[in-house]
Amino acid sequence: MAEAEAEAGGVPTPAPENISGKEKEFQKAKSYLLTASTNTGINLYDHLSRVLGKILDERPDNVVDIFEDVSKDAKRTKFTSDVDTVQDKVDRSTEVALAQVQRKLFTKGGEEGEDDIAQDEEVETPLPNIMELCFFFEQAGIGLNREEMIRVWLALKSLVDNYPLQHVRFWGKIFGTEQNYYIAEVEYREGDEEEEEEEEPEEAQDDEVPEKEVDEDADEEEVEEDDTPKPDFKPPPTVPKEENRTGANKKTYFVCNDPGKPWVKLPLVQPNQISVARQVKKFLTGRLDAAVVSYPPFPGNEANYLRAQIARISAGTHISPLNFYQFDEEEEEEEEAEGRDHFVENIDFEGIPVRDLADPSLANWVHHVQHILPQGRCSWWNPVQKNEDDFEDEDEEEEREEPDEPEPETGPALLTPLAEDEEIGAMPAWTPALSSNLVPQFAIAVMHSNLWPGAHAFAFEKKFENIYVGYGHKYKSDNYSPPAPPPIQEEYSSGPEITETEDPTPEEEAALRAAQQEAAEAAEEMEEAEEEDDDDD
Amino acid sequence: MESDGLHLSIDYVGSSGVMLSPESKAALQTSLVILQNENKFNRVYFWGKILGVKDDYFIAQGVYKDEFAGRKTFYSKDCIHWGLLPPATAEMKEKSKLAKGRFTGDPSYEFEHVETKKVGEGEEATEEEETTIVKEEDRLSSVIAEIDDDVRIVPRGAFVQVPTAEVVINRSFEGLSVQEAAKLCNYMHFREAKRLDLKTLLQRANMDKAIDFMDSVEDDVPRGSWSLQFERGSGLLTLRSLQWPGYAFFHIPATHKYGSVYFGTGEKNQDLPFML
Repeated sequence: MAEAEAEAGGVPTPAPENISGKEKEFQKAKSYLLTASTNTGINLYDHLSRVLGKILDERPDNVVDIFEDVSKDAKRTKFTSDVDTVQDKVDRSTEVALAQVQRKLFTKGGEEGEDDIAQDEEVETPLPNIMELCFFFEQAGIGLNREEMIRVWLALKSLVDNYPLQHVRFWGKIFGTEQNYYIAEVEYREGDEEEEEEEEPEEAQDDEVPEKEVDEDADEEEVEEDDTPKPDFKPPPTVPKEENRTGANKKTYFVCNDPGKPWVKLPLVQPNQISVARQVKKFLTGRLDAAVVSYPPFPGNEANYLRAQIARISAGTHISPLNFYQFDEEEEEEEEAEGRDHFVENIDFEGIPVRDLADPSLANWVHHVQHILPQGRCSWWNPVQKNEDDFEDEDEEEEREEPDEPEPETGPALLTPLAEDEEIGAMPAWTPALSSNLVPQFAIAVMHSNLWPGAHAFAFEKKFENIYVGYGHKYKSDNYSPPAPPPIQEEYSSGPEITETEDPTPEEEAALRAAQQEAAEAAEEMEEAEEEDDDDD
Repeated sequence: MESDGLHLSIDYVGSSGVMLSPESKAALQTSLVILQNENKFNRVYFWGKILGVKDDYFIAQGVYKDEFAGRKTFYSKDCIHWGLLPPATAEMKEKSKLAKGRFTGDPSYEFEHVETKKVGEGEEATEEEETTIVKEEDRLSSVIAEIDDDVRIVPRGAFVQVPTAEVVINRSFEGLSVQEAAKLCNYMHFREAKRLDLKTLLQRANMDKAIDFMDSVEDDVPRGSWSLQFERGSGLLTLRSLQWPGYAFFHIPATHKYGSVYFGTGEKNQDLPFML
């Protein structure tokens, strides 16, 4: 090749005088092919020899079909220098950046490697055996990749190392339009939580302060001009949020966008957020601080929306085999009245045969997360009780509305079998399945939720786990329609006090003036008469 | 997603929640080879899975030399026995839109749709009920056709149209670069072009007729119906359709690896405008 090129590129040898006609033709054709293009500076002769050389070197199949592409490629590579001038430039592509973030997951913390391993094995850790669960999920054809699961597992491990946690679970993954959320469900160790919690009450206070200021401003204005009409509408009292470790806030949730990136703790969920989240249907973006643009307006940003959805999904889809959990018998008596919300693991649980678990009657599975009431809380809160604090308000309200004790909202109790779940149209809320039809004796029982597509659970002997992988939306058989805006305000009822009267005619004015004059004169006369009378006295 | 190398490609969409159990993966690798051989297909694609309430449908498609024409769709409930689906006609598509709710998992199930119509005019008008019956098999076929029409995509340049108007795989396709892969305009609807005539002359002047014979995803309505994400940094590109949740497409930049799969309920997301 090189020789050919050198020959072709070199100075053409002077033609001998005695050449035959054929050779002359050949010389002519060659010199034509050697004509360099005025645009690119290459000639066809060189190009063809390069292309053919490349083809003979690589010997691709059916080369005639891709000849054009090879030719194009050869032209394209002509001008690229072999020496990489940017060789030393640091590659800052996102792929490298992420790999560097994730490398931390795979490296052990301390320098003294062997001691660490020994210690790690001894200490009891709240970290679940995710790979085992992953194995079961894989049998069922749900969940995430094995490789992805390992990353999640390592990320959970770093979470456990950094926070005083008692219980950790991989909750699932929610897709966003820009990024995805990996969600960890944790419980703090008793007492350790308060330090962490200090920030939040402050935030709550911050929220309240501006409201008060606004109220004061309003009061001042009222003092200045007392004519300003005061609306007699009182917003319904906001339902207080449930305390940490109870109801919808029983567990704490951490999220991250990629395993290895920092975990962010989600705020506690407020009842009004849950009730608004029920009325809207929005895709998550993947940014926690993104605004949720919706009608009715959502109180909070995407972090709150995500938290509300997590609470709803957990309440709807976290299930366990019957009798795996049982109520604590000691506490039972105290809490009978207001619904029990504590349960303990049943030590005597023997496991339910897989056949029974996959039975379409669904009687062998129970919910182990409390149902969220329409109010947005798990335990019902009486909105009337607050009014008893300030008596003035109470009097007013009694006039307007009937002082009826509101009907307490009730929902299914904890550990209710799935058989009592409401159907979606004509469709059962859950689809049970066996992981394998070919070897049923070793299959595991799998439950797919139809109400929350993406929520799954498996059970096998004494093991069970729930996972959610999806968009975080509830299934509805009908299309979503946003709630209608509130009815427009009624017109002020028209009466004589706001009716415009007709202008008096000049005659009427004159008559009035005359009447007034007469009256004035009469009054003067009267006065004079009175004065006279006085004088007389 | 091509049937050979299914076990590798299915892992690329695993992050979108698409998982096959080892049992069905193994079964598919066996049965799709037989399917290809029996029908003398040039290649067989694993199309995806439609989730039913009681049972799921696995879907595969076989093609001959031309990727557009003569595509055949098969369904199976156990990944082994494949049944040919009737091609979706316009009438079937219209009818199947009336069927509401999820698939049941029984191909012979019949959805009933009752419509009340007014007959006559004025005071003589009487209401008559008209019942349309939609067979689940027909609905399955039309939903697959609809998904193919709406969201099946390929990277630009992966297929070429040869002068005989056949659409064949481009052997020289080397994948999109990372920068190019981040642009929606480099993904094409894998169907006969519908919107090419709407382009201005200036835009059409720059097109390569062999490559740009399909519509680009960029002009899809509503804007934002695709969620484009890079995973593993920029090592893996995932495109998810929000119009048909469950449709996932992957492409590894700078390689010819790409594929797509649908794992969903077979219901279109009609609420999309409210959700963006």
